[in-house]
This record gives sequence, structure tokens and C-alpha cells, in this order.
Amino acid sequence: MSSIDYTQELPVIEGRPTLKEINELIAKPLDQKPDKKFYIALSITLTMLLAGAIALGFTFYYGVGLWGNNNPVGWGFPIVNFVFWVGIGHAGTLISAILFLFRQKWRNGIARFAEGMTIFAVMTAGLFPLIHVGRPWLAGYLIPYPNQHSLWVDFNSPLLWDVFAVSTYFTVSFIFWYVGLIPDFASLRDRAVGKVKKTIYSIFSLGWRHSNRHWSHYEMVYLVLAGFATPLVLSVHTIVSFDFAVSILPGWHATIFPPYFVAGAVFSGFAMVQNVLIFIRKIFNYEHIITLDTLEKMNKIIILTGSMVGYAYAMEFFTAWYSGVQPEQFTFINRAFGPYAWAYWIMVSCNVIFPQLFWIRKIRRSIPVMFVIAVLVNVGMWFERFVITVTSLHRDFLPSSWAYFKPTVVDVAILIGSFGFFFTWILLFTKSLPVVSIAEIKAVNEGAQPSHGEH
Amino acid sequence: MSDKILYSLTGLFDTPDEIIAAAEKVQSEGYTKYDVNTPYPVHGMDSAMKLPMSRLPYVAMVVGITGMFLALFFMWWTNSVDYPLVIGGKPYFAFPAYVPIMFEVTVLSASIATVVTMIAIVFKFPNNSHPLMDTEYMKNVSVDKYGISIAADDPKFDFDKVKSLLESLGAKNITPIYYKEEDLNFKPKTFEPKFVIAMIVLFAAVSAVTYITLNKLMYLPPFDWMMEQSKVIAQERSDVFEDGRGMRTPVEGTVARGFLPYKFKNNPEAAGKYLVNPLAATEENLSLGEKKFDIYCSPCHGYLAEGDSRLKGQFPSPPSLHSKKVRNWSDGRIYHVITEGQNAMPSYAYQLSRKERWAVVLYIRALQRSLNAKESDLQ
Ligand code: HEC
Repeated sequence: MSSIDYTQELPVIEGRPTLKEINELIAKPLDQKPDKKFYIALSITLTMLLAGAIALGFTFYYGVGLWGNNNPVGWGFPIVNFVFWVGIGHAGTLISAILFLFRQKWRNGIARFAEGMTIFAVMTAGLFPLIHVGRPWLAGYLIPYPNQHSLWVDFNSPLLWDVFAVSTYFTVSFIFWYVGLIPDFASLRDRAVGKVKKTIYSIFSLGWRHSNRHWSHYEMVYLVLAGFATPLVLSVHTIVSFDFAVSILPGWHATIFPPYFVAGAVFSGFAMVQNVLIFIRKIFNYEHIITLDTLEKMNKIIILTGSMVGYAYAMEFFTAWYSGVQPEQFTFINRAFGPYAWAYWIMVSCNVIFPQLFWIRKIRRSIPVMFVIAVLVNVGMWFERFVITVTSLHRDFLPSSWAYFKPTVVDVAILIGSFGFFFTWILLFTKSLPVVSIAEIKAVNEGAQPSHGEH
Repeated sequence: MSDKILYSLTGLFDTPDEIIAAAEKVQSEGYTKYDVNTPYPVHGMDSAMKLPMSRLPYVAMVVGITGMFLALFFMWWTNSVDYPLVIGGKPYFAFPAYVPIMFEVTVLSASIATVVTMIAIVFKFPNNSHPLMDTEYMKNVSVDKYGISIAADDPKFDFDKVKSLLESLGAKNITPIYYKEEDLNFKPKTFEPKFVIAMIVLFAAVSAVTYITLNKLMYLPPFDWMMEQSKVIAQERSDVFEDGRGMRTPVEGTVARGFLPYKFKNNPEAAGKYLVNPLAATEENLSLGEKKFDIYCSPCHGYLAEGDSRLKGQFPSPPSLHSKKVRNWSDGRIYHVITEGQNAMPSYAYQLSRKERWAVVLYIRALQRSLNAKESDLQ
């Protein structure tokens, strides 16, 4: 470990396991009864989920007055949480699609899990637009259908673009994920012993026979989907940023928003994937599949995107100063030194300062340290959305209407509930589906591809 | 074994190099109905088997582009044709604002179509009763072996020849795969009564659900939330105000925009004397007058103002506006008739703005001149 030659391409999977070992290793957790630790973890996440559900019940019964939202701050926690969770999802698609197009083989070990995380994060995010309207049963009006008033939705509104972007993102991610799972379902089917299990896997494997006549189409479809998912993932957070940027509010109305949001999304998503993978590789003994090198590469991406985010923070100040628009300048000075300075500086230190420690190789390869830094990154990224949303609103053009936004217990409970929702899905996922792609891992194992000397 | 039919002869290999060599050999021997089964896609196998490039990307392209234009068309139709609405000062057809949704619809439709085509057309729908299913062979290639399977219906198939070919290639576990006639059912199942009944039931259920949702459910609480709003509408009773009216009357002495009080009420002579037409006889004003006259006056007075109208016999016929009397009236006097009405003729002050009334007067003057031209008009 002490001397790594970066000029050599490292094997993606360490220790050269046989294909049979890979098969067994990945499929085994699905056969075993969940152990005590699993139930403890599940009960924690379910408790969090319950707290959120109760808070939501109160919200829907009594109304959104239970939240901290006040008059100038009409957008509070729900929007902050929405942007946060959509952002988390982005790492999954980046890993599975963009790194696939760039032929980064190390992605194979983590792609399946990251995609799953994307889906759960988008599901969590998708709750918040419904929650924030306070009357979620009215959400049907977001769909352009011929209703009894001959009214159509407003196709000029970024909020509607959001509906299309997030639902498309969810659907395409899900398809991509499922297509990746088909060969694995077939492998599971062929090793299943119980009749019920076998039937279930047979159904989901769609009669897959590992036939090369099928693989040939399959690989093409996978490439096409990756090609679509790549611009899609960039578009989703771009459109989310339009929710802010298309308005004319100082602090929101900025052309830098789309790239800045996308970088931030990848940043926070990678931190989340890294955090969860650290547990997964430990619990399931996947250390040689999800290698330390892979984690190190992820940390490099965290430092890259973190620096982009830091650049955007600086650029926002420059733009405000250079524009010469007073309300714009006021907003930014107020952000850094006003009543929400505490939130601003949490954001800057967590997002810009701490990730820079990854320049040091020791830190990049130390699991406890990288775990803590990635947690801080997600704290910082949550505060970034908080700062953007709340500080731009709380002091508007009319000083007499200025106010301070304070979240209530209900706000916080809904936030906790969203984490509970997300992690419950993650836990169920680890016990019901292979968290690492069996076929993809076999394909990048050493000696898995024909030697070139033959041809 | 009598009822068993041979499906194929299979052999297994241990390394990717061997299977590539085997596939190349089998291909060059001229077999066409053979397949290679590997636990993951082996690089170079497509060229060894001489497989053409998958054409599925064309599906993605065609469906994606179609989806994009359909989305554009739909947004144009809703916003410009079905319910034109100005939003944020944008034009009805605000193309830049449509780009995000066009993009999303492209990606969505293309992705779904490609995957569905792959499963439905290329894979010919999931087939869980394929002869290869549940065999030792399948269980091996699913894990770590590389298999080749030469089908018995290949025109060149000959059991012993294929067996020796596989042996010469170094294949292990050379096994024939059989299936039973009743396992496979090649008869078309589309017209089986069970299937037909299922389709009819499905069709009826989908229609019923759609009909009930769109025509009944949408009008029941709480889905009538847009129709039945708890706000006060004009003319409705409201307990909030003392007089019990939902509508408020304007503060005394205020004048609504465009409703300046008319000074010559019941005083046609004064109106004729003091009111002066502020409009010049320009083409613009005359065509405005023509338009308004044709809409509001012609039903009774006729298009030429001769009293020969479409309402003849159903309403007291008005006199011709070409009479000497009206010709000699001042513009203000005619204006007064439009504003206040006269006997059987009602007031048009609510339908026509002041400017429009003057424009109509100009037009009447033009009509009068057409029948009673002055000497000077000839020049
Ligand atoms: C509902 C049918 C009706 C419509 C519409 C109508 N009028 Fe009349 N108009 C009459 C009748 C009837 C009279 C005759 C009233 C009377 O007995 O004094 C009349 C009389 C007049 C006179 C007076 C003629 C006279 O010899 O005393 C003028 C001028 C006139 N209308 C102009 C107009 C103009 C301009 C309009 C369009 C804004 C208009 N009218 C629309 C029914 C109508």
C-alpha cells in the first residue's frame, strides 16, 4: 500500500477472485436471513420515518402554518430539502452513465449501488414538491390533462419544467437500473433453490439466457441509455436551478446557477455514495470489489466538484459587485455578514475548506477521515440550499417587511423523516437485490476478457 | 426419450479465449443457428460471430425526435390555439421556454421505446420456458463457464459431426438438450378463447375506469376543487358585510374608468349644439366605425342604414338614417342617440366606448354621402 505507482492502471478488483467466488459473494446476502444489526438499523430508520410521517400528518390536517415559513420567506425547508435530495441523486447517474461513457472501469463496482441511491433520493425529493403545497391531493393539476375548465398548465414556468425533469429523471434512472439488473436476475435465478424465489427471479429476469445474440443488443441499449442519461442528469439540476434563476430576485437571478447547481449536486451525491459504501463494503466483505482505490477516486471527484462550488461562491460575490446593482450587492453582504452569517460560514467551511484536505494522500486514503469529511460535505450542501433560499428572501426590497426565518419542530421532523425514508429504502435494497452488478464485475475481473495476442 | 425432441448440442469452455476461437470455428463451418452463452459480454464475440451492429439506436432516434415534435406541437396548441393566454409578457408561442420540456420528452420517449423494443421485438418477449432454461448448461454459463449451443434445426446439423466438432475444439460437458412437445406451444395463441375473453374484459375495464374518472369522479368532491371554490362570487350572498351582499358598491362620488358621466342627459338639443366630433375622418377611424356599426347597429338599421334590416318584422322598423332630418343633424346629435337611445332604440353606451361612438358617427356620415353626394364630391 505504501508505494502506489499512479502511472500504471490498477486492477479494478483486487485479489483476482474466480468468477464463481464473485457470484457467491454478491448473491449470498440475499439468501441469508437478516441479522440483528440489520433489524437495529431498520428500526432506527423506521423511527425517523415515523417522526416525519407524524409531522406530515399534522401539516396536512392543520396546514402549513405549522412550519417556520413567514411572510417574506415563503419558501422554507421543503424547497431546501427538495433541492438537497435531488442533488444527492445526481452522483448515481454520473457514476453509472457518465463514467460509463468515459470507460472508467472502476465505476462497475459502485454503479449499481449508486443508481439505486439515485432512485431513492429522487423518490425522497419528489415528496417535497407535493408536501410544500400543503394540499398534496391537488398535485394532479400539475399534469396537463383535458380538465373540466379547459385550463392547461403553464409551460412557461420553471416549476412545471421541474415536474417534467424530475419525473423523467426518475423513470429513466429506473429503466437504466432495471436493464442493468436483468442479467443479474438471471444469474440469481439459476442458483436459486426455493421455488418461490426461483419464480420471482424468473419473472424479473425476463427469460434472459446470457445469449451473445442478446448481449450484443443489450450492450448497445445500455450505451444508448447512458448517452441519454448523461445530458438528462445535467438538465435536471439545471432546471432545478431555474426555479431560482428565472425569478428576478437578487441572490437568485444569476446565470451561474445551472453549472453551479450541477457541480454542487455531484459534490453532495458523491459524498453520500462514499459514506454509504464505506458501510456496505465492510458489512458484506466487499473490500476487494469496492476497493480503497475506488474510494480514493471518489474523493478526487469530491475535491474537484468542491472546488467548482467554491469558485461559484466567489464568483457570485464578484458578479454582485461588478453588476453595480445595489440590491444584489446588499443581498450578498447580508448573506455573509447578516443575521444568517452563521449558516453561510458553516456552508463555506464544510464545502470549500474541509474537502481541500483531500489534496493530502494520507487523508484521501484514510477511511475514518474521509467519512467525516464527506458527512461535513453533506451538512455544508444542505446549508448551501438553506442559505440560497432563506437569505435571499428574508430581507426583501421593503425593510418594513424583513423577518427572520426560524424552523419549527415540524420542519425538523419532516427533514429527519426524509432521511428515514431514504435509508429505509437503502436498507431494504441491500437485502433484496445484488448491491453490486454481478455481470459487470465479472467483466472487469482480471483475465475476464480475451487476451489480445490471439487476434 | 420417444416424446423428446432434440433442441441443440451444447459444450462448455473455461476461458474467454477458447470460446472466441470456438465461435469463429463454428461460424466458419457455416452454421447459422448457434448461440454463445457467456456470464458477461465477452469483447470480440460480436465480430467472431459476425453479428451486425444492433439497429436499436435508430428506434431511439426516430421515437425521440417524434416525441420532441409532439411535445412542441402540444405546447403550441394548448398555449396558442386552445386557450391563448399571455403569461409574463411572453408571446403565445414562447419557444425558448419550451426547450426544457421538449428535451425531457425526447429523452423519456426514446429511452422507454428503446428498452421496450429490445424486450418485445429483439428478445421476442420474455420466454421462461425456453429449452435451455433450467439445464445444467444454463446454470454453468450463468456463473463462470462459456458455452456454445448449436441448434438442431440448423440446416447443416448432424449430431455426430457437431459432436466431433465440439470435441475437437476442446469443449467439456458436451450434452444434448431436449424438450417435450407439450412444453412448447408454437400455435398462435391470439385467438384462444381465454385470451380473447381476457382482452375483452381488460378493454371493458379500462374504458369503464377512464369514463368514470373523467366524467364522474372529476366532478365529485374533492376533485371538483377548482369548480367549487369557497370564495365569494359576484351576486352571491355574504355574511361578512352588513348589507349581506358579497359584492361591494363603489364609494359614493367615485367614477369608474371609462365611465365619465354624460353631461347632456335628456337634453338632445344641447348635445347637438355643444358636442363636437373629436375624430378626423381617417381610414383607421372609418374602418373602426364600420366594424362597430356592422356589429351593433346593422341588425336594426341594416348594413346601409336604410332601415332595411335583418330584424324586419320582429322589431319596430327604424327610420332610414338617410332622411333629411338626420343628414342635417350635427354629429353631436347622432352621438346623443347612440349614448342615450331614442324611444324604441336602446342606449349603446355600455357596448361602445366614447371613441367608438364617434367613429360610428363618422361612418354614418360616410353612408349618407354615398346616397346623397354633394356637388363638390364629383371633383
Ligand atoms: C334594436 C334595434 C336598433 C339598434 C341595434 C339600433 N337602433 Fe337606432 N333606432 C332604432 C329605432 C327603432 C329607431 C327609431 C326610434 C324612434 O322611434 O324614435 C332608431 C333611431 C335611430 C336614430 C334616429 C333616427 C331618427 O330619424 O330619429 C339614429 C341616429 C340611430 N337610431 C342610430 C343608431 C346607431 C348609430 C346604432 C348603432 C350603435 C343604432 N341606431 C342601433 C333601432 C335600433
